[in-house]
Amino acid sequence: MKDKRVGMEVSIALAEAVRMANADCIAAYPITPQTHIVEHLSELVADGKLDAEFIPVESEHSALSVCAGTSAVGARTFTATSSQGLALMHEILFIVSGMRLPIIMAVANRALSAPLSIWNDHSDVMASRDCGWIQIFTESGQDTFDQTLCAFRIGEDPRVLMPTIVNLDGFTLSHVVEPLFLVSQELVERFLPPYKPLYALHPDKPLTMGAFGMPEVYTEAKKAQEVALRNSYPVILEIWKEWGELTGRHYHPVETYRMEGAKIALLTMGSFGENAMEAVDHMREKGIPVGLLKLRLWRPFPFEEIRKSVQGVETLVVMDRAVSFGGIGGPVCSEIKTALYQQSRRPKIYGFIGGLGGRDVPPEQFEEMVQQALKMKGKRQVEEFTMLGVRE
Amino acid sequence: MAKPMDQYSWKDLPIGCVVAEPGNARDYKTGDWKSQRPVVDTAKCIKCGVCWVFCPDAAIYKNEEGYYLANLDYCKGCGICARECWTGCIKMVEEEK
Repeated sequence: MKDKRVGMEVSIALAEAVRMANADCIAAYPITPQTHIVEHLSELVADGKLDAEFIPVESEHSALSVCAGTSAVGARTFTATSSQGLALMHEILFIVSGMRLPIIMAVANRALSAPLSIWNDHSDVMASRDCGWIQIFTESGQDTFDQTLCAFRIGEDPRVLMPTIVNLDGFTLSHVVEPLFLVSQELVERFLPPYKPLYALHPDKPLTMGAFGMPEVYTEAKKAQEVALRNSYPVILEIWKEWGELTGRHYHPVETYRMEGAKIALLTMGSFGENAMEAVDHMREKGIPVGLLKLRLWRPFPFEEIRKSVQGVETLVVMDRAVSFGGIGGPVCSEIKTALYQQSRRPKIYGFIGGLGGRDVPPEQFEEMVQQALKMKGKRQVEEFTMLGVRE
Repeated sequence: MAKPMDQYSWKDLPIGCVVAEPGNARDYKTGDWKSQRPVVDTAKCIKCGVCWVFCPDAAIYKNEEGYYLANLDYCKGCGICARECWTGCIKMVEEEK
C-alpha cells in the first residue's frame, strides 16, 4: 500500500503512532504543551479505537509511578509530559531506568519555571539528562511520528529493555500542522511485535522488582545499567535501518546537511534544525563553506559519529537551548567539547545559548552565530559561551 | 540467593536487579544488626502469641511446646515484642561480643 500524505497536527500524529503501536496502558497528567497528545489518546480509548487502559492521575509523579507498575506487569506503556511535569517525575525517572522498564514517553519540551514560561526550550529534559533513559530528539512532524514507533521497538527490544524519551519541541513542533506520511497498520505490526517482557509481575510466578541494593552490589548494578545503555546503541542503528528499509525514511544519530567540504559547522538539536538549514543554504550561496550537524540521539551519546562528522571542520558552532547555571554554559556544547577533547585534531568550538523560553531563532541569527564565532577565532581568550541576542 | 551478594560481578546481575527467586530473603540473615536480643521467661509466658502478631519482621516462631521465641538469625532487636507482651515475660538483653 502506498502511504498517503496527510496534514496533521504533530501531537495528534504522535498519539496516532501510539494507537498504531497498540499501547496497553497510558497514564498521564495534563500539562501544556503536551496536552493534545494525551487528550487525543484519551479520546481514542474512550471511542474504542485503542484497546488500552487510560489512567488519569493527580500528578506526574503518580503518572510515571503508574507506568512503572503497568510496565512491570508486562503492559506496553506510554506517557507524555512537559517541563514542570517532567521535573515532578524526576525521582521515578531513575527508578524506571534502574528497573529496566521500557516505558515510552513523549516530552514536548518546555522551559522550566521561574519565571513561569509555557514556551519551548530544552531546560526540562536537560535537567533530567542523567536519568538513564534513551533520549531522542526530533526535528519535524514526520520525525516525531516515526521516532515514536521506533521508540517502542527500541525500548522493548530484549537486547535493550530501556525506557525511552522522544523529545519534540513544545508548540514549534507539538502544535503545528505538518504534512506527513502515516504508515499502514500492517507495516506497524510487521515492524513492532507484541511486547514480551523478560520479567513480569504475576501471582503465579512471584518475583521482586526494585529491591534494596546494599553497598556490596550497588556499584555493580550501576555498571550493568551503564553498559546496557551504551549497548543499546548498535540496536538503535539496526532498528532505524530496518525502519528506513520499510518506509524509505532513514535516521541517524547525527544527521548531516551540506557537510561536504565544510570548514565551519553548526550543531543543533530539535526543530531549529530547519531554520539552521535555511541559514546554511544562504551562507553556501555566499560561498561560505558551512554545513550543519543535527544531533538526533542524545543518549546514548554518539561519540564516534560526532568525531567522524567534524573531520575537516575548523570552526564548530554549537547551539544550546538550556543553561547549566554557574557551569559550562550549555549541556550540549559541553558534551561536544568532551567528546572531542582527546582528539589530536579538533575544531575550535563556540557555544551559544538561545531560543530560551520560546524565543525564536530565525535563520539570520544562525548566520550571526557563525560570524561571531569567526570573529572570536582570532582572539586568545573567549567567553565559555555567548547568550544569543540577549539585550545588554 | 545463588551466592553471597559481594560475589556477584556486574555481568551476573539479573536485568534490572530482578529477584526471580521468591522468598530468598530467608538467605539474608539480618540478626547481626541488633544491639539487644529478646529473652523469654517461659515461666511467665501464657502462649498468647501477641509478640508473634506484632513482630514486624516475622522473626518469631512457635516452638514444639507452644512457646513463642525469636529466631535470632533474623530478629533485629527492635524490642516491640517486649513492649507489647502482656505478662512482661520478654526482656531485652544487651548483645555482647
